Amino acid sequence: MLAADGTPLKASLARALRRQKLRALMLIAPLLLFVVLTFIAPIVDMLWRSIENQLVPETLPRTVEALKDWNPKSGEVPGEAVFAALAADLQIAVKAKTHTRVASRLNYEQPGIASLFRQSGRKVKRLEEGNYREQFLDMHDGWGSIAVWSTIKRFSGDYTAGYFLNAVDMENTGDGAQFKSEDQQIYLFLFGRTFLLSVTITFTCLLLGYPLAWLLATLPVRTSNLLMILVLLPFWTSLLVRTSAWIVLLQQEGVINDTLVTIGILDDNNRLQMMFNQTGTIIAMTHILLPFMILPLYSVMKTIPPSYVRAAKSLGATDWTAFWRVYFPQSVPGIGAGAILVFIVAIGYYITPELVGGTDGIFISNRIAYHISSSLNWGLGAALGVILLGVVLIFYWTYDKIVGIDNVKLG
Amino acid sequence: MADGTGNRAFVEFDRVQKSYDGETLVVKDLNLSIGKGEFLTMLGPSGSGKTTCLMMLAGFETATHGDIKLDGIAINNIPPHKRGIGMVFQNYALFPHMTVGENLAFPLEVRKMSKVETEQKVQRALDMVQMGAFSGRRPAQLSGGQQQRIALARALVFDAELVLMDEPLGALDKQLREHMQYEIKHIHENLGITVVYVTHDQSEALTMSDRIAVFNDGVIQQLAPPPDLYERPDNAFVAQFIGENNKLNGKVIAVDGGTATVELPGDIKVNAHAVNCGGAGQNTMLSIRPERVLLGPDATSNAMEGHVVELIYLGDHIRCRMEVAGNDDFIVKVANSHEHAALKVGERTPLGWVTEDCRALDAV
Repeated sequence: MLAADGTPLKASLARALRRQKLRALMLIAPLLLFVVLTFIAPIVDMLWRSIENQLVPETLPRTVEALKDWNPKSGEVPGEAVFAALAADLQIAVKAKTHTRVASRLNYEQPGIASLFRQSGRKVKRLEEGNYREQFLDMHDGWGSIAVWSTIKRFSGDYTAGYFLNAVDMENTGDGAQFKSEDQQIYLFLFGRTFLLSVTITFTCLLLGYPLAWLLATLPVRTSNLLMILVLLPFWTSLLVRTSAWIVLLQQEGVINDTLVTIGILDDNNRLQMMFNQTGTIIAMTHILLPFMILPLYSVMKTIPPSYVRAAKSLGATDWTAFWRVYFPQSVPGIGAGAILVFIVAIGYYITPELVGGTDGIFISNRIAYHISSSLNWGLGAALGVILLGVVLIFYWTYDKIVGIDNVKLG
Repeated sequence: MADGTGNRAFVEFDRVQKSYDGETLVVKDLNLSIGKGEFLTMLGPSGSGKTTCLMMLAGFETATHGDIKLDGIAINNIPPHKRGIGMVFQNYALFPHMTVGENLAFPLEVRKMSKVETEQKVQRALDMVQMGAFSGRRPAQLSGGQQQRIALARALVFDAELVLMDEPLGALDKQLREHMQYEIKHIHENLGITVVYVTHDQSEALTMSDRIAVFNDGVIQQLAPPPDLYERPDNAFVAQFIGENNKLNGKVIAVDGGTATVELPGDIKVNAHAVNCGGAGQNTMLSIRPERVLLGPDATSNAMEGHVVELIYLGDHIRCRMEVAGNDDFIVKVANSHEHAALKVGERTPLGWVTEDCRALDAV
């Protein structure tokens, strides 16, 4: 198709719309920039950290090179050439004070390496020319361990799967990836618990939120507005305040236990343990996430005309049949939206489980936070985060396949 | 109970009142008997209480006072699903997540009817509204008129003897609405069901009904067959609400038998059929239909003079707006014949009526 002046119609249309598009782009540019800088870039950076391992080859370049010829299965400690390279690398690293970083990096994979590197670092200045192997073995027994050397060799590449293996309770001991011994496994269990608790919380939110959303949608506007404010009230209160309030209520010396003991339902020695465990996490998070369930449910229910249920009843359906066969199917998009919202927020929740979860009510996010801020094993934290992100995306995809994301209505 | 069709009452409202807030009555002391097989229309402006009456009959609203009886049994405490009343809703209320067939099968399924019987009945109901081929469609894939037919079929499929319709044709365009009016009327006649129909469209009510109950302000103003309602309105509201009406306000001078002598502004004395005008000295509203006004040499009785203000040519007749006795919105329909071709704007012409055609009603 050609425009009146002979230029292609498409080009002509694009030119006519260019100004408009440019203006639209300018309007969203600040937000776009903000999102890229504060959201996308950090995520990409964290994803990168979960596989990146350049510290070892950068700090110990000669050793890494020399180790290429060594076979851990030989059962022997590497030869003189490797130790000579190690001496050269360490001397440079000690001057630059980077050897401690390598030490803590390798210590994640093989506990003990940190002290080995630190002790040797102090003595490396006194090394004499020649016969490095003997001098190193004198310096620390650790240098005679095959495990130490195979760890260095395994993590000598620029990239590593080690963090991810760790994140799913596996390790690479030299003969391929395998699960760690049972008492060292933690993350898969934590992922499982995070998932189960999130599903439970989603379910309790639905159970509590559905009737309320229905009430909101059917009451006269004045009453429902008042109720709606009560639903939104928690949003106006700090998360910490709300969580602390739950602690006050639920702890063993708390309001509920005290009341139960006072009226004699509970014996003073058998106070209920409702806080600092899974019960506490479920109760507090259900409360906090309830509005995320109610709002989408409400907005969908608001669009279901009351005449449907009336029609069903006039056709002979009992209250229950009218609800189940006519009303409920039409509220499913709201359930879908609310459930996925609550579930996705819950699965990555951190602050509430941290405060009220104790040891057996914590989520995977609490471990991620621990690795980011306490153990400083960012790689492992990043790997856990990537897996969590992946799991959420898989759920989202499955959900789309089963329910269909266009069936989800947020308002 | 006596009613228009001479049958015994099938549906009966006995002194029914309804209030939503405890302060005002939406329905005031309603007494109404509907015979079996009757087509009764509740007609009235919005807020007149007609839909509330329908909802009370269906069971979705409870009467504040009084009994509603179905076939002689009070149904006030029977829940809607046990009343067995078919209902067609304003916006059809077809279940959007079910196909047309499933929608129609729904009332049969909840009655635990066998599969074979259900299928037969659904097909028969669909054929009745000429929608036999649409069983597998979803309501959203149908046009408004088609949805209307399905809603009708669904209300009829479980052999309800009483079908309520709440402005069922309101969402259709004019042509389709007229067509559906005849269709509903024929179905009503063929099946012998009782229909209570709510509308605010008077032409719809006149076309379809056996009797019409005109509602205003929570009260039935008049209950009569369509011709009576138009020809013989009982009060000023009905005269104004049904069809086109000319009103002339005046004062009753004397009532003699069935004839009232009324004085109009400008010292004009006329006679009218006394219906609802009270005695001498009362204010009254004279009501006369535009097609019953006589002009020119025909105006032999009750003659006065009219001043032609506006002429509108409508093909088969001419609408003539005149100023008569202080009312400048007095409409006369003049047949398009040679005699009246001479009517001109600004002209003064003699005007009158037959006394029986002019009704002296209550003053508004």
